[in-house]
Amino acid sequence: MLYKFVKRSEITQRKSIEIRTVAILLALLVSALFILILDLNPLEVYLAMIKGAFGSSYRIKQTIINTIPLVITSLGIAIAFKMKFWNIGAEGQIMMGAFAASFFALRFPELPPFLLLPLMMVAGIIGGGLWAVIPAFFKAQWETNETIVTLMMNYIALKWVTYLQYGPWRDQKALGFPKIPNFSENAILPNVFGVHIGWIFALVLIVLTYIFMNHSKLGFEIAVLGESDNTARYAGINIKKTIVIALLISGGLSGLTGVIQASAVSNTLNVEISGGIGYTAIITTWLGSLSAPLILLVSILFAALIQGGSFIQTAFGIPEAAALILEGMILFFVLGSEFFVKYKLVKNVVYQPVAGKEEV
Amino acid sequence: MKKTISLIFVLLLVMAILVTGCSKPEPKQEVPKEEPKEGAKTPEKKVKVGFIYVGPIGDGGWTYAHNEGRKYIEEKLGVETIFKESVPENQESEKVLNDMIDQGANVIFTTSFGFMDYTEKVAKQHPDVIFLHCSGYKKLDNMSNYFGRMYEPRYLSGIVAGLKTKSDTIGYVAAYEIPEVIRGINAFTLGVRSVNPDAVVKVKWTHTWYDPAKEKEAAKALLAEGADVIAQHQDTPGPQQAAEEKGVWSIGYNTDMKEMAPKAYMTAPIWNWGPYYEKQVKAVMDGTWKSESYWGSMKDGVVELAPLTDVAPPEAKEAVEKAKADIIAGKQKIFVGPLKDQTGAVKVADGVVMTDEELLSMDWFVEGVEGKIK
Repeated sequence: MLYKFVKRSEITQRKSIEIRTVAILLALLVSALFILILDLNPLEVYLAMIKGAFGSSYRIKQTIINTIPLVITSLGIAIAFKMKFWNIGAEGQIMMGAFAASFFALRFPELPPFLLLPLMMVAGIIGGGLWAVIPAFFKAQWETNETIVTLMMNYIALKWVTYLQYGPWRDQKALGFPKIPNFSENAILPNVFGVHIGWIFALVLIVLTYIFMNHSKLGFEIAVLGESDNTARYAGINIKKTIVIALLISGGLSGLTGVIQASAVSNTLNVEISGGIGYTAIITTWLGSLSAPLILLVSILFAALIQGGSFIQTAFGIPEAAALILEGMILFFVLGSEFFVKYKLVKNVVYQPVAGKEEV
Repeated sequence: MKKTISLIFVLLLVMAILVTGCSKPEPKQEVPKEEPKEGAKTPEKKVKVGFIYVGPIGDGGWTYAHNEGRKYIEEKLGVETIFKESVPENQESEKVLNDMIDQGANVIFTTSFGFMDYTEKVAKQHPDVIFLHCSGYKKLDNMSNYFGRMYEPRYLSGIVAGLKTKSDTIGYVAAYEIPEVIRGINAFTLGVRSVNPDAVVKVKWTHTWYDPAKEKEAAKALLAEGADVIAQHQDTPGPQQAAEEKGVWSIGYNTDMKEMAPKAYMTAPIWNWGPYYEKQVKAVMDGTWKSESYWGSMKDGVVELAPLTDVAPPEAKEAVEKAKADIIAGKQKIFVGPLKDQTGAVKVADGVVMTDEELLSMDWFVEGVEGKIK
């Protein structure tokens, strides 16, 4: 091997921006070839994607609606990741949050909104939080692998909602169509400036999470625990308690996403409620370097990519699969660039002096 | 090392610029070609027709049939159409509807039952846009519902299956326990039993419209239970392939599925949306469009039975032709008493014809069906 990868000791701001820019250009380049195969003009398609995401007030609203769940879920994941607790379970936590909120929405449809909505939100936060506390407890108590436990619990949550949708919660008026009844007007979050109130929650939570992570005792403890168990123990941090509380918050935020999606977006509960947000948010969290303000920025870009990808399907009659390939390709390069931000390719210098010696 | 890396970057940058630069001029030639064509054909009222599909257009089934209708009006009327495939039957469909309106669509066809509530909601918000929803029952001043009496050709396909089966067991892969599907199974069974009173129709539910693997599995299970003819109310040819592999026979659905299972396929009850879509869009263009609840029959040509293949039993052709003529002439109404339910109790008295309302809310199986409605 002539070349090998070496971990970068440090990287200048300029260099990392350089690498990311090249990655995006490469992504556009390779995608352009793909678009050419589809017999379309890449430039037109790219412009259409941007237009589709930001081209009118309606589209900007749609992009914002896509951004909200990504931001809130990413904030939750960031808290767990800061502790190096790999919470892959946001998808399930969203589901369980939505489930808990739906329970109250369907059972007490007549409650006035000022009572019902807070009740739903509290229920959702607790529902999502408890779902995350289960793997946290196992990890704290028996050192189980949280990645696997949280991932598997996604499927349990998914199947639980599927069961409700086909079984006990099925809408009797839907002529056998398997859906859960729609919420009453009282259970639907209001709009503020044309977009549901979730955007205010998201902005407030960004500030709160930022303060929590950087200026609170618990936030500090989480960061220390993430660096080293031993340091944390030495500093007198109660490790088990910290893990459980951190995950309660992490899952609670995903649960809140579930409430917002069920109430404001779907007006009901169904299996597609999270639509993969729980997984996409892992990427946005990571690209946002676990920092609340950066997460906002990355989430907006991601939401725009999704919205723009959906737009070009109808605008150019591109098959859904092709649009997904485009989105995937862009994602691939951007994620790939992360590797080069942390590692660099160097010429393998170890063997050369040895070879030189032999010559002598 | 830094030099090598920067060199690579520079090279890539140059390439990027070159490729994007090169690709620019091509479409510029294409664009003007298209525009005058559209402009010249612009009719009385400029319409842009949107189609929302539940599956991919290449499904060879339900969505394929609707997309053929879309292409038909593009060709016949020269109107601009847009479509989105694989739209889930949930809140996402509402967003797609709004996206299409944002893109200038003023006539929108939503082609699956699950889109009904969302179509209604968006229709109320956009009184200036015309909506046509397939297979539902809701109607507004700017929203029609339309469907076809698929049970008519299904009855005919039952005749073919009833004559073909040797084990007197026919498998039926079905999507959901909704009246549309139940009605189809009942009509099919009545067709089967009109020529073969001993035969039974076994039903398996898949709870999906579009899942080739799952639908094929369901068909395999039915074959294992002794069925030697497979019929389906699904949007993929999965069940056809299961029959083909087992070396037995099948009845398709939606479109002519001959190519998917040449040795098994006998015929299929199929959709023919083009003429109806043309009529509706033309009416919008002329300003004469009115919302309606349309339930097209074999007589109207919206539904029909695909030509019988050589695999079909030879005596079937005559029997089908006769029944078809009777249905079109109104002599054979299919759902006419005496009709017994699965327990053998008389559900519809002798000589009584079931009303459309009863058909549209049908939630019981006729005698001869083996299966349960949850």
